[in-house]
Amino acid sequence: MPVADYIPTIGLEIHVHLKTRSKMFCACATSYGDDPNTRTCPTCLGLPGALPVLNEEAIKMTILTGQLLGAVTPEFCKWDRKNYFYADMPKNYQISQYDQPLVVGGRIPLYDQYFPKHQRGGAGADGVLATVPLTRIHLEEDAGKSTHFGTSSGLDYNRAGTPLMEIVTDPAISTADEAAALLASLRQILVYAGVSDADMERGQMRCDVNVSVRKSAAEPLGAKIELKNINSVAAVRRAIVFEIERQCGELDRGLAQRQETRRWDDERGESTDMRGKEDAHDYRYFPDPDLQPVCTTQWLNEVRARLPELPHALRARFGHDYGLTPYDAGVLTSEPALAAYFEEAAAGSSKAKSVANWIINELLGRLNEGQTDFSANPVSAAALRELVDLVEGGGISGAQAKEVFSEMFATSGAPAAIVQARGFSQVSDTGALDGFVQQVLAANPDLVARIQAGEAKVVNVLVGQIMKASGGKANPKRVSELLAQALG
Amino acid sequence: MPVSLTVSALRASLAARSLSPREAVLAVAAAAASKDSTLGGYVSLTEAEINTALALADKADVTLPLGGVPIAVKDAIAVQGAPLTCASKILRGFVSPYDATVITRLRAAGAIPLGRTNMDEFAMGSSTENSGFFPARNPRDPERTPGGSSGGSATVVDADTAFAALGSDTGGSIRQPASFTGIVGLKPSYGRVSRYGLVAFASSLEGIGPMTKSVRDAALLLQTMAGHDPLDSTSLNAPVPDYLDTLDRGVKGLKIGLPREYFIDGITPGVRAAIEATVQQLAAAGAEIVDISLPHTEFAVATYYIIATAEASSNLARFDGVRYGHRAAQPADLTDLYNRTRAEGFGPEVKRRIILGTYVLSSGYYDAFYVKAQKVRKLIRRDFTEAFSKVDLIASPVTPATAWKLGTFADTPLQSYLADIFTIAANLAGICGISVPCGLSDGLPVGFQLMGPSLAEKNLLQAAQTVESALSPLALR
Amino acid sequence: MKSPHLDVRYVARLARLDLTAEEAADFQSQLTDVLGYIAALDRVDVTGLDPALEPGDPFCVARPDAARPGLTADEALANAPSTHDGLFRTPRVVE
Repeated sequence: MPVADYIPTIGLEIHVHLKTRSKMFCACATSYGDDPNTRTCPTCLGLPGALPVLNEEAIKMTILTGQLLGAVTPEFCKWDRKNYFYADMPKNYQISQYDQPLVVGGRIPLYDQYFPKHQRGGAGADGVLATVPLTRIHLEEDAGKSTHFGTSSGLDYNRAGTPLMEIVTDPAISTADEAAALLASLRQILVYAGVSDADMERGQMRCDVNVSVRKSAAEPLGAKIELKNINSVAAVRRAIVFEIERQCGELDRGLAQRQETRRWDDERGESTDMRGKEDAHDYRYFPDPDLQPVCTTQWLNEVRARLPELPHALRARFGHDYGLTPYDAGVLTSEPALAAYFEEAAAGSSKAKSVANWIINELLGRLNEGQTDFSANPVSAAALRELVDLVEGGGISGAQAKEVFSEMFATSGAPAAIVQARGFSQVSDTGALDGFVQQVLAANPDLVARIQAGEAKVVNVLVGQIMKASGGKANPKRVSELLAQALG
Repeated sequence: MPVSLTVSALRASLAARSLSPREAVLAVAAAAASKDSTLGGYVSLTEAEINTALALADKADVTLPLGGVPIAVKDAIAVQGAPLTCASKILRGFVSPYDATVITRLRAAGAIPLGRTNMDEFAMGSSTENSGFFPARNPRDPERTPGGSSGGSATVVDADTAFAALGSDTGGSIRQPASFTGIVGLKPSYGRVSRYGLVAFASSLEGIGPMTKSVRDAALLLQTMAGHDPLDSTSLNAPVPDYLDTLDRGVKGLKIGLPREYFIDGITPGVRAAIEATVQQLAAAGAEIVDISLPHTEFAVATYYIIATAEASSNLARFDGVRYGHRAAQPADLTDLYNRTRAEGFGPEVKRRIILGTYVLSSGYYDAFYVKAQKVRKLIRRDFTEAFSKVDLIASPVTPATAWKLGTFADTPLQSYLADIFTIAANLAGICGISVPCGLSDGLPVGFQLMGPSLAEKNLLQAAQTVESALSPLALR
Repeated sequence: MKSPHLDVRYVARLARLDLTAEEAADFQSQLTDVLGYIAALDRVDVTGLDPALEPGDPFCVARPDAARPGLTADEALANAPSTHDGLFRTPRVVE
């Protein structure tokens, strides 16, 4: 039976590094790229006698994430030990949350801009195309990192103990595109919330994918295959496509699927069974006796008092307040800094749409060309607003404005100064323009006659000549008006 | 200088400058050198450790509460720069890079950590015969055990090879050796003294406490060690009262309960006689003696061995030969390294308990064992809450019998577990308890146990002081 | 808890502990005794008890998110049985 006739069911387990200053259970600094084993202490190194103490900020960030996704934080939560031997894990158990996590329920919105173009239709003004239900979010500690040399490995525990938020979705995703859109949308939300940079390429967000297929909706879910070692959104997409085809192929050949964990090899584009894990997983979860349960009431109240505006709410507001198209609003809300920039530039300007166009077409275009991060944007919001006002008020021509913008981008200069230095100011004064108009009309009686005979388009030739005569400084709109008057 | 001085007497001499901290350190070193080789109280008291202590002694501020007082430390408590082995081969050679919070506090009060005392490996046992190195012996009779797991601390205090020592108590590991050697052993309430730096055996049950030659010394050490520690999430954030100002106030008006479940047939006549005589003295001193019941006592040992071993199986997983400690030679792969490192490094009792603890947490058995034990633990806790609504303190023997001969329980671990019957419940309930010498039975010390509600150390010490002062020194030697 | 089955070899594997044949046999019989004793808990009625939380139980406090220096790399590695270039060295870790 063709792959397209099978029903795939996909669930994601997403691990996110929280952007705290210190680790989850000790005061070591969270670390990226430091020399190995320079960010450890007795606790995160698992030395005998050391004990864990909770990081309050990590708890609040997890609760905040839950609140933003419409989830519930129960009044009481607890901490459990997940026991298994793993060299990257200094205590040979991981402190995690088993049956009383910080967050339960909720839904992740999927934004249309993260879907392929042909799938984007149907979203509302907020750009939300679909939502995927969340099972839970819990907080745990990350492990260290191993480097392999031939027959040995080297262990660096700088990362051990970094706060890790695990977001588990229901098995309610049906395509690779949806899974990819979920990750991109979630990343955007986490960045908005200020809880993580959630960059998969930098290891701040990791994702395990559970995939099963079945022949009809009437059947129970198929055996769950867990895919590990997926390191980018594109790889998530590839891994799911591969895995669905592989499982369908096996079912076609009559091979029953059994629950297993497979490793994704992105270079080879295939998943392989993780052998060597034949030991049945028996994690022997039990409540960590070093940490009592927590009461979340106070943290929940603090978090609720400072909920940030989410991208889709902002997107709907941009459409409503500024008259932007859903697409433009989507682009401008893709990062919180960009959205704030737009709002600053558009504030007090009656030409918000024009501001949006300048940002999307010129500013983002140039930043992209130079692969420059938005945070390094050289053009201030005030300067961009000034430029838009100059163009829209007829002070300079569109072509001139682009040149001015180039210089603003290169030098961070103020538009007024650049216009002046380049002598770009447009001539709109009737007295000054009249001379050029009379001169050109006198020199072209044949054209005037054709216009009067009904060839309206010929006016443009006259406008062109007047522009030329003025050295490009005449305001073309004003010139058209004067010509119309002169020709009756 | 005799190391038989109490800490209180020593610090008076130090403060008066009739003795120097250097002399105190050298006296401990000399006493240990002459007596400890036969008693096995110390697992480590090296030249280097003595020199470190001497350097501290020369800088000691004798005006501080414990200024210049050397204190022996159970080998389960981290002292920066000193070995930390828990008397286990798996930690042979390990040197702690940090101080336990109690050590930080003792140092700040002027005390000098000196010597690592012997113990049952990872505190698992009640005779110090499970030491991975050598057993400790009872100074009263070297053929007998000083008890355990803090047997080395009891030995060095009783043998006058230390002025005082720190122990830890998971199921009686301070009180039972104190009882067997005729010294004072205080198990503070759970969370009263920080566990940070105490190598974990059973985290929800254990704590650090003083083992001393007098009740006053125990109060003095507790005064320094007690209090909230932001590094221990289970430490109690409650003010620390003055334990010394009411020490001599006596027991007039205190209600002391005698639980019928603790006065059973298995108690030897000598122990029973000593305990009953002491109860009478307390009554004579004005305490009101009340019969009470702790109905779930018979389930304490079973509950304890589920919870303690479950926690231990997880706590001891970190000893794997990767980051520190013993590592098996030429491992075929990482799993082989784990399997053989742990097989070579752990002794039989530790292995037994790791297996039991792993089993009770394993899939399919968790509810039947671990969850059930946690529920029974609550019932045991409620027994005490109920009892303490009627009485201020509870009195009982520490153990049914005096110190046994080495080797008695070598092949019958269950029988040795059952000997902990009177001490274990206090750990399950998180309350405080003390063993104070109350007489001899066939020449061997008998300890009197007093237990009080959580944070009632002040009352506990006051009553213990009454027991101590009622007894003529001759009755103890 | 009726007649629990203890497979010492399986549990020892979970605990990463090689046992000699003699140890396995001893532990099997000794721990079977202990489990027999523990079965006494069957007699305790615990209906209605929640193992986790009860009014009056203490709650965990948390610390503010502030970083402090810990150990230097030399201190961290000082007790290591084997190191390589600032890393703890082990036989190859299989993922």
